[in-house]
Amino acid sequence: MQAVIDYISSNLFEGVAIILFGIGFTTLFLHPNLIKKIMGLNIMDSSVYLFLAAKGYVFGRKAPIVVDGITEMESYINPIPTGLVLTGIVVSVSVTAVMLALTIRLYWRYHTLEMDEIMQIIRKEGK
Amino acid sequence: MSKIRSDYEKTLWRKIVRFVNGEKDFFDEQSGFDVESEELESRKHNNFFEETEWKKKKVQITELIEERSEETDRRAIKLYEKFYRLFAVITCVAIIAILLATVTNLPDYGDASNPANNEVSKKYIEDGIKDTGAVNIVAGMILDYRAFDTLGESHVLFIAAVCVMILLKIDPDSEKGKRFINLENDRAYEPKNDPILAWATRILVPLIITFGIYIIVNGHLSPGGGFSGGAIIGAGLILYLNAFGFKKTERFFTQKTFSVVSVSALLFYSVSKTYAFFTGANGLHSFISKGTPGDILSSGLILPLNICVGAVVACTMYSFYGMFRKGGL
Repeated sequence: MQAVIDYISSNLFEGVAIILFGIGFTTLFLHPNLIKKIMGLNIMDSSVYLFLAAKGYVFGRKAPIVVDGITEMESYINPIPTGLVLTGIVVSVSVTAVMLALTIRLYWRYHTLEMDEIMQIIRKEGK
Repeated sequence: MSKIRSDYEKTLWRKIVRFVNGEKDFFDEQSGFDVESEELESRKHNNFFEETEWKKKKVQITELIEERSEETDRRAIKLYEKFYRLFAVITCVAIIAILLATVTNLPDYGDASNPANNEVSKKYIEDGIKDTGAVNIVAGMILDYRAFDTLGESHVLFIAAVCVMILLKIDPDSEKGKRFINLENDRAYEPKNDPILAWATRILVPLIITFGIYIIVNGHLSPGGGFSGGAIIGAGLILYLNAFGFKKTERFFTQKTFSVVSVSALLFYSVSKTYAFFTGANGLHSFISKGTPGDILSSGLILPLNICVGAVVACTMYSFYGMFRKGGL
């Protein structure tokens, strides 16, 4: 019990990020629907942002925007993970758009979004 | 180099090549290439009757095989699905368990002595205003110290928009395209605009776009910047499109607008940042003054670069929506 309390008090945000990552990963693996696979990948992306943002936070410090000319490291949080999250968001938006476009092309061709059915149609056509 | 050997057909290498290509038996030296092809020709002409008999037999056999293989296929698919699900669940649970165990060994959340808070972030925070002139340290970091990274990001967005266009663009002049556009025209069933949406849009869209411009222009002073402001402007454009349809938006935003705005913004970014890399990035003198930190017109190149990034992001968001909805802008 004490171990669980220690865990929650020390690394709660990172743990939640890992659980979100697992939810997204499981969705990606187990769901035959392509749109839901993309949703799973987006959940994984969000969990990574949460993890990075949690790594950059420091207790009692403010967002890195200079107020009243104070430029000491002790008054602001780490700005680097924030920039990394920005990069991640942009890349995930682009990747999601391309994946959705490919899914639309698959739907035009096979008239279904289920991965299993598409594989069966491909196998039948190949014979 | 190119010596022609008369006995090339008989060399060991040639034999190996022909064996790999399946043209000739490696150990059978008697049958040459020409003889083989002649034989095949003659077989085709003379044994026509035999061949049809053989074909009939082959069709029967393949039918039998297909029937049996379909049954086995179905059984195999069921078995495969069961095992796939089992193994997928086991893999996911194992990965989550390993990662959760790893998290316990990470440095504590919010501790100031974390190894992540090292001399790099110290340099950015303490010298940020002096070096870049931006009050927002993150904006100064991503558009001055790490501007090359942001250039790559805007190119990623632009390339994604181009990829979506390649995949989904429909030529409206072709027969197929005309049929598709008539089929997919969601305005065909609802020619009149929804009054509630139209009035809400008339009030909201100017506010949304003004707010987006405010966020872009204040990117170096307050939270925000090119990416978030551009996304807000793109959302405003999408709302306008939903309320009034493509005919109204085509007055000011077409394919040409998209290409001109995003390409010129990316070009300006590349050229100005190349200039800055040559003059300012290595501590050399730059003639663009930093200004007073806190003013709108300060911090050198960060403001124009924010505007460029915002233009690219807004165009990309709107083009994504147009492509997904209609297959064109």
